Amino acid sequence: MSVAYFDHAASTPVRDEVLEAMMPFFRDCYANPTGAHRMARDSRRAIDEARDVLAAGLATEPTGIVFCGSGTEADNLAIFGAAAAGGGRVVCSAAEHHAVLRPVERLGGSVVETDSNGVIDTGALRDALGEDVALVSVMMANNETGVISPLDEIAEVVRTHAPQALFHTDAVQGFPWLDVAEAARLVDLISLSAHKFGGPKGVGVLAVRGGARLRAQIIGGGQEMGLRSGTQNTAGIVGMGKAAEIVLAERDSAVERVRVLRDQLADGLAATVPGVVETAVTPSSGGCTDRSAKVAGSCHLCFEGVESEEMLFLIEREGVYASAASSCASGAEDPSHTLAAMGWPRALARGSLRLSLGYPTTLADVDRVLATLPEAVAQLRRAAGQAAA
Amino acid sequence: MRILAAMSGGVDSSVAAALLAEEGHEVVGVTMKLWGGPSDVGCCSVADVHDARRVADTLGIEHHVFNFGEDFNDRVVNRYADAHAVGRTPNPCIECNRHIKFDRLLLRAAALGFDAVATGHHARIVTRSDGSLRVARGADLAKDQSYVLYMLGAAELGSLKFPVGVLTKTEVRAMAGRMGLRTACKPDSMGVCFIKRGTRPGFLAERLGLTPAEVVDTSGRRLGEVAALELLTVGQRRGLGIGGLSAPAYVVDIDRASATVTVGDRPDLLTTTQRVACLEWAGEVASGPIDVQTSAHGEPRRGNVDGEVVIWGEPQPRVAPGQSMVFYDGDCVLGGGVAA
Repeated sequence: MSVAYFDHAASTPVRDEVLEAMMPFFRDCYANPTGAHRMARDSRRAIDEARDVLAAGLATEPTGIVFCGSGTEADNLAIFGAAAAGGGRVVCSAAEHHAVLRPVERLGGSVVETDSNGVIDTGALRDALGEDVALVSVMMANNETGVISPLDEIAEVVRTHAPQALFHTDAVQGFPWLDVAEAARLVDLISLSAHKFGGPKGVGVLAVRGGARLRAQIIGGGQEMGLRSGTQNTAGIVGMGKAAEIVLAERDSAVERVRVLRDQLADGLAATVPGVVETAVTPSSGGCTDRSAKVAGSCHLCFEGVESEEMLFLIEREGVYASAASSCASGAEDPSHTLAAMGWPRALARGSLRLSLGYPTTLADVDRVLATLPEAVAQLRRAAGQAAA
Repeated sequence: MRILAAMSGGVDSSVAAALLAEEGHEVVGVTMKLWGGPSDVGCCSVADVHDARRVADTLGIEHHVFNFGEDFNDRVVNRYADAHAVGRTPNPCIECNRHIKFDRLLLRAAALGFDAVATGHHARIVTRSDGSLRVARGADLAKDQSYVLYMLGAAELGSLKFPVGVLTKTEVRAMAGRMGLRTACKPDSMGVCFIKRGTRPGFLAERLGLTPAEVVDTSGRRLGEVAALELLTVGQRRGLGIGGLSAPAYVVDIDRASATVTVGDRPDLLTTTQRVACLEWAGEVASGPIDVQTSAHGEPRRGNVDGEVVIWGEPQPRVAPGQSMVFYDGDCVLGGGVAA
């Protein structure tokens, strides 16, 4: 059975051009990029070319681009690195990815409540700030709901009430859809992950802007400007560079194309399934739904009276792959901390579904969901009705 | 048939799934994620999910994980703590069977279009002469789990399978070995799955706050003090901190209201009348002389059941309040209740 893949917020396929760009660095140019000979220099040049691409995409000096092993590692480096260098408190929003939330919790930092869209409450943020704050971390777009943070407003609050603090944004979900270079000017630190935009797994970037001071968390040979020791993943970095190059060239057109598909998907589900609530949308004039609060690839809904795991099971049988909240290590779906932060009743949050689109998504994929999901929900509601009777 | 096989990551449920797959059924394996956090050592830890998944891979069947953690916490863990708070001795495995495995999972399986759910319990499902279904003891009496399944009636049993119930544990392990299942030699799970061995006092203290109690003998004479009446159970002999008595002392009563624990000789523990509440019957309400089992691996004793009272033929130790009492006709479970 062919697959209609709606889990791009979890991971995307590696683009053909990316894979081709990577291949030579497995078989032909395999030297350690820190070496002195020609093959090593060729490896290093490939990494530095990727660094230039990321630097342009993140409005950062090339020497501020730190390649690492994942988006999670980039977040950890930002938070633990800033806390260790600055010796202050760390602050984040309650709807952050666990890669930010767990480090902040471990450091005994402050977790700030969000509004009903999952955006950090700027009043509460102001109250949480002070001269003792080393870092504030606010995600660019939420990994579950796709909701975009107004980084300009938030940056202003941070700069006013904690001028000494570093401002970090996890842009892992933002990069495929948003102008990160523009937003980068507001922040000191940006995390990215390659596999969310057509690159390989196992590569991330932390962009360190304006000479922000961090203390390395992995030390050894001093690679990556001393901020991340360990032999660089040359092929992976080359792949990330190529994928970023494509995103930067095609982002605007991809956003326009995917936005139309996403709207068709969400409108189609709203029209065919009763009891669906879409997160973070507002009805606008003319019966249209305004989804401008979210990135173009995100369709996030809650279905009344059914459970995520059940929907996912049934649509998988029809070749539709999606997810709910974040999966835990065992592979089970965990209750969503984002929806909890947004104040959603658990009864409704239980039926959440994240259908995330990506650069390869087609209209046929959308039609597949529209042909599958409504019947799955109806089947589950019939069963629940029988069980209650 | 389309069968959802509950796979805990242990050998019994591995073989249960394997047998059904061998019979040609369409089997999907599922592991329930019930608990997490620091005491995540039980039948649903990440390591056990891994084992279940790898067994499913060996069998060539699909494997999923269902998260019933919230329900498990509400209906099993919290109720376990609540029961201890009032000095009762709960059986959380039975509550998990009642509310999670044979309610949530069964309903979900039906909703997802499965014809049946299979588990690795050592019990059989038998058809009575009137055509009705009942739980019966497993072939391996030492491993028999019919006691913890007494709540199952016709409504559930029609869509359940216990494939290893006809086998001994030795046979199950041998089969797992022959089939190359990695769980063949995995030790049996023991104790309460959501509490790490030896940490029950801390677990309960965190949830309840523990109550110190006076220890008195049956005439009311003060013998000493215990730190937590919530950790005691009727019939208990050790851990009372009152050595030096002429005969072994047993807990014969726990009174939460007055924070008093009464201890006595073994004869003080014996009774001919045992009250039982929350009765559930698989079929008709039974009465008269019936075999009654009062612990998971205890010997059944003959008693005269009359409504919510069991009159023992021979005096028996008082059953700790909260423990299940299960009624049998030979190997066949008739129903059960909870000692009052």
